[in-house]
Amino acid sequence: MELTLWTYEGPPHVGAMRIASSMKDIHYVLHAPQGDTYADLLFTMIERRGQRPPVTYTTFQARDLGGDTAELVKKNIKEAVERFKPKTLLVGESCTAELIQDQPGALAKGMGFDMPIVNLELPAYSKKENWGASETFYQLTRTLLKEKVSSSEKISPLRWKELGRRPKVNILGPSLLGFRCRDDVIEIQRILSEQGIDTNVVAPLGASPDDIERLIDAEINICLYQEIAEASCEWLKRNFGMEYTNTIPIGIKNTIEFINEVHNKLDLPLTNKEELEHKSKLPWYSKSVDSNYLTGKRVFIFGDGTHAIAAAKIAKDELGFEVVGLGTYSREMARQVRVTAKELDVEALITNNYLEVEDAMKKAAPELVLGTQMERHSAKRLGIPCSVISTPMHVQDVPARYSPQMGWEGANVIFDDWVHPLMMGLEEHLIDMFKHDFEFVDGHQSHLGHTATNTKDLINSDDKKDNNPKEGIIWTESGRAELTKVPFFVRGKVKTNTEKYAILRGIPEISEETLYDAKAYFS
Amino acid sequence: MSKVEFNKEAGPREVFCGLTSIVWLHRRMPDAFFLVVGSRTCAHLIQSAAGVMIFAEPRFGTAILEEKDLAGLADAHEELDRVVNDLIARRPEIKTLFLVGSCPSEVIKLDLATVAEKLNNRFLGQVRFVNYSGSGIETTFTQGEDGALKALIPLMESSNEEKLLLVGTLANNVEDRFKKIFGNLGISNVESFPPRQSTELPKIGKNTKVLLTQPYLSETVRDLKHRGCEIISAPFPLGIEGSTEWFLAAAKAFKISELKVHEIISPLINRAKLALESHKEILKGKRLFLLPESQLEISLARFLHNECEMDLIEVGTPYLNKELMKEEINLLPDNTKIVEGQHVEKQLDRVRESNPDLVVCGMGLANPLEAEGISTKWSIEMVFSPIHGIDQAADLAGLFSKPLKRNQILTSKTLVTH
Repeated sequence: MELTLWTYEGPPHVGAMRIASSMKDIHYVLHAPQGDTYADLLFTMIERRGQRPPVTYTTFQARDLGGDTAELVKKNIKEAVERFKPKTLLVGESCTAELIQDQPGALAKGMGFDMPIVNLELPAYSKKENWGASETFYQLTRTLLKEKVSSSEKISPLRWKELGRRPKVNILGPSLLGFRCRDDVIEIQRILSEQGIDTNVVAPLGASPDDIERLIDAEINICLYQEIAEASCEWLKRNFGMEYTNTIPIGIKNTIEFINEVHNKLDLPLTNKEELEHKSKLPWYSKSVDSNYLTGKRVFIFGDGTHAIAAAKIAKDELGFEVVGLGTYSREMARQVRVTAKELDVEALITNNYLEVEDAMKKAAPELVLGTQMERHSAKRLGIPCSVISTPMHVQDVPARYSPQMGWEGANVIFDDWVHPLMMGLEEHLIDMFKHDFEFVDGHQSHLGHTATNTKDLINSDDKKDNNPKEGIIWTESGRAELTKVPFFVRGKVKTNTEKYAILRGIPEISEETLYDAKAYFS
Repeated sequence: MSKVEFNKEAGPREVFCGLTSIVWLHRRMPDAFFLVVGSRTCAHLIQSAAGVMIFAEPRFGTAILEEKDLAGLADAHEELDRVVNDLIARRPEIKTLFLVGSCPSEVIKLDLATVAEKLNNRFLGQVRFVNYSGSGIETTFTQGEDGALKALIPLMESSNEEKLLLVGTLANNVEDRFKKIFGNLGISNVESFPPRQSTELPKIGKNTKVLLTQPYLSETVRDLKHRGCEIISAPFPLGIEGSTEWFLAAAKAFKISELKVHEIISPLINRAKLALESHKEILKGKRLFLLPESQLEISLARFLHNECEMDLIEVGTPYLNKELMKEEINLLPDNTKIVEGQHVEKQLDRVRESNPDLVVCGMGLANPLEAEGISTKWSIEMVFSPIHGIDQAADLAGLFSKPLKRNQILTSKTLVTH
């Protein structure tokens, strides 16, 4: 048993719903009690979908358990097929139905329908949402394409040359409730088409079962989100020889590398290499004098695997930040996140417990947090600016405007989204210059209104459960006064370091001089 | 009883389960913690329903069952013990801990009552443990509150003191208003259940007169009767009419004259009628379809028809206790069609066929209906907004007039959605 106050990911059947809802002509019969229908609101409220998710809940009740719940399943399957006439039927169970073992998938297959039926077995007590989405997309791809496996020759990435047409690729992975997938797809298609590459199928987002059957008309697959599409890409590679890309085109460097990777795989000459650096404003904006204040900013990163890794690379290489923390809730991608963390000389945090993330954030004392909506709340409590880079989705993560994360425009969006929460360079410079003027109240804040940055709060804000904060160290008047003179955005760090120093040296009272001693010691 | 048409329907439903009621119960009792014993689905459900409300460490959580708990590799009772110990160490300020059963815990027959009993002995004098089920196989949405209150009744001490007990969660400001009005009527000993602090449970006995504020408390009522309480039969205090009848029924039970009641509440009624006018103008003659969810549907239908002059197409309710709803049903217009239970697809067919001006429904259905050009009001807002009492009648009407008003402003047709 695991105590969970809040969870980054839903159960695996919600992942299956993400695939079903992303696609056309599919229906998902879910053996589940009433209440599980809450998941519909993720799509209709958060994504503002104008259609209900294509899901029928069997709605079994306690009184059905003594009787024949299998009959109930069959009745619901029959009604759903008659009403919605899907081209492919997904059948599965939520956590409770898994316990009563009606095997709805097997029941559906015995009902004599013509359409392909995908039996989803998603272990609810050990797996989570992204795994469920990945498994569903994989099972669906496998079911719809398995008959073509033996008859097909291996697909050569160079086939387009023989066929005398432009190369074709599939874009795999974008789904509903995925972070900015809607716009990433447009951006990536635009980039590919500029390079003379056509998109064969985008899936699951917007695809029908017919489109899945057409996947093998393309030469290679673009694996846009490993959490969702890697298993399917791997299956397509094993059975049809289709190569797939590994680079996630988030940030300038990765977008260029992505374009290179696609060209290499297709053996397509890259003719506009020099132009690529200038496609986004990010490199110049980063380099412009105003961005001097960005250099060395301490940044803490937490999110899904794909976005956390990409953010770490952009932060370090493209904005000149210092990454002081990196983590993910995607256990499936823990290994890759650890590799990136090692390159950055930080320890990777792999957890599904948001309070652990908040603690790590506090210890790292960053100046900017890049995280999920939950880290935004944590950062707000700690008075640190934050930008959201990853799911779980919130209605704010589905903006009306075009707002991709990938490609050239994605890099522009990222520059704005990360830098705006920080104070604008000049503004910060001015505040620093004028902070001793009487017009400036203690804890003057940026327009974003951070909290808990005033000195009194900071000194009193030690963990309340810790009855003996910092082993009884006392701040003297002079120490306290000097601390207020430290710019608020580093004050927390200075306070922690000074206390650390005092403990180290066995100094019971922190005076003005201790503060400077500590500063010298740590610099 | 008016000639109301009763129907029953079964099939796939689109409703919340009883766990959802934790969202308002934990806010009502800030010294209580709600620990669901369930799955990741339960945890995800509550946080999704609570939406943006989780800004800090919440006072509800889920002990998520894992494979080893189900396979018998770990003793579920010991595991739960461990989780509770951790939780109490972390949150020493908690006075009452609700162990809330879920669909999976009910199916594997986890005996939460025994667990609660053991924990009560261990944490005697520090934390009290109660258990109830909020599972979807047994409860719909607001029935979770019924279960939670029923679980607290055995902890309520006995007293023969005469008192009026308001039963059902109220917004704090509404509760204060009610107490003031009852005071003016001459009923000064008024208490609420659930109380604002879980440890300050009212004492009950044969001189306790229970006045329900919410219509979904069948089980709680039954147990209060067993404890000797007198249940005052009344409609529910939604709208001017319902609230007036509600005050009158209470006054009658305390032998206070009708004249006195009218004297006290007439100015409130006059003021409320004035405030209601502008909403009535919008709602009058509009056709209303209520989908089942909160069990408030019948009271809302009565208010929206009798006081706002809306026409009722269909009144859905997840569960109907005819005895408890007797006074409400009496106030409904003849030929009102009540449907208990749900087959969501067939019901949506009827919604489309009847072309209503407004549909009251859950959040999963609202945007899809809006996209078809049908105005909606989400039912979950009724349990989060202060809507009870005469003073709130216009606010209650406002919840329904607002979508129609918005519709007029935006002159929305069927929109292309994405």
